[in-house]
Amino acid sequence: MPIIDAVLDDFFWRAMIGGLGVALVAGPLGCFVVWRRMAYFGDTLAHSALLGIALSFLISVPLHVGVVLTCVVLAVALVLFSRTRALATDTLLGILAHSALAIGLVTLSFMPDVRVDLTGLLFGDLLAMSRNDLIWIYGGAAVILTLLATLWNGLLMSTIHQELALVEGLPVERLRLVLVLMFSLVIAVAMKIVGVLLITALLIIPAATARRLAHNPEHMVGLAMVFGFIAVSGGLSLSWYLDTPAGPSAVVTAFLTFLLVYGGAGKARA
Amino acid sequence: MNELLVTLDDLTVAFDDRPVVDHVNLKVHRGDILTIIGPNGAGKTTLIKAVLGLQKPTRGVVSLARKLVIGYVPQHLTLESTLPLSVKRFMMLTGRSEPDCQAALSKTGVGHLFNASVHHLSGGEKQRLLLARALVRKPDLLVLDEPAQGVDINGQASLYELIRQLRDELNCGVIMISHDLHLVMAATDQVICLNQHICCSGHPADISHDPAFIETFGTQVAESLAVYHHRHNHSHDLHGDVVEDTSVASPSGHQECSGHAHH
Repeated sequence: MPIIDAVLDDFFWRAMIGGLGVALVAGPLGCFVVWRRMAYFGDTLAHSALLGIALSFLISVPLHVGVVLTCVVLAVALVLFSRTRALATDTLLGILAHSALAIGLVTLSFMPDVRVDLTGLLFGDLLAMSRNDLIWIYGGAAVILTLLATLWNGLLMSTIHQELALVEGLPVERLRLVLVLMFSLVIAVAMKIVGVLLITALLIIPAATARRLAHNPEHMVGLAMVFGFIAVSGGLSLSWYLDTPAGPSAVVTAFLTFLLVYGGAGKARA
Repeated sequence: MNELLVTLDDLTVAFDDRPVVDHVNLKVHRGDILTIIGPNGAGKTTLIKAVLGLQKPTRGVVSLARKLVIGYVPQHLTLESTLPLSVKRFMMLTGRSEPDCQAALSKTGVGHLFNASVHHLSGGEKQRLLLARALVRKPDLLVLDEPAQGVDINGQASLYELIRQLRDELNCGVIMISHDLHLVMAATDQVICLNQHICCSGHPADISHDPAFIETFGTQVAESLAVYHHRHNHSHDLHGDVVEDTSVASPSGHQECSGHAHH
């Protein structure tokens, strides 16, 4: 199909299509981050993505694979560590987030022959979206959306009230694990567009904006997807016309939308 | 004897080697209403969490009847305000039909709130919502942790009456924790006075005479429930240690523990 090829050959439209895919998964997962108060947790996983990138270069595996695996290992380590209760969870997260980021940066500096666009990795890069990235984004989105649709009621119930969910026989621990795996995947696919430092913002801000207008959980998810796409497309357009960094531009757009909705919309709904 | 639903066999739950629930033996049958009373920190909530499978026993065994459906009413319904949720949706997450959910809410007296947001409910309405949610699942066992919290005095009596009614309709067993002694006394078959171990247990009329009960709740409370005191096979000194008193036979109708763990 020549039209599709023409669109996919244009890096701006590739980035837009990629951004739509990212918004589709960032919406629902962002809602879970907000509902379950996992913002700092998401941040820690996102920071560890840079370590994943460094390791991918070190052992020559595709970037996305390295990032997903590193995030999963870190997430499982976090769950195990937090059970010992030796340190408060936010302290533990702070240690791991910044250590993972620092180790990633130090490791990269030891590999002078590897040319990496560090700014692009940290803050996102409009030009970096390849056809291969699109396959990753839409493959990842398909997996995540299928999992969410299948497990939706269980995930929702264990988020609303963990103990009730347990008594009602839901596999709460396994659902939490699935959620963490989905986070790792979304970080790997969103990394290219917004950069590892700002992924959490793209998860939280659209979801928080959606909360103001939503009257049930699914409504909130749908709105978060829309606000996510507004943020990504707005950010990419800014980046295209004004040559600003893609990730920060998307976050600025998300923030402006947030201000507009909270300032403009009438009374908050429950 | 009705079907046995729950058996606790020498259940001990310890946190950092400090027993919170200490060697508790207990049986609940279908149709029983068992009320657990005791001072703060007596391990009441820990005990029912062990029954619910939310708390792993340190020692001892919790055995439940096969395919036991448990309806649980937790102490508080704390909901994240960032999650928009209606009463209807919260009920329907049980997987039951809309008419069933509506009927359960009407039964607990909050049918008119079907389309309300859960974030706008008062404490008492939340308790009734939780109760409706527990009973729409047609439980074999109803477990309630201080169900009358946040409910006004008039509401409390009718709530306990409702629990008794539900027991009759569902033919289920009931385990509840309560502080509302005089209200509970009318609505329960058996009372367990818990202070880590089971201090005394029995029919409410008997237990209000029990020195262990009087010691735990003070003379004033006990006297408001009963004036008659009987003698007892042990008492506690000022440090809570057991002072054996061998001269008395245990009265009929209730049991008490044979000895306390020494602290």
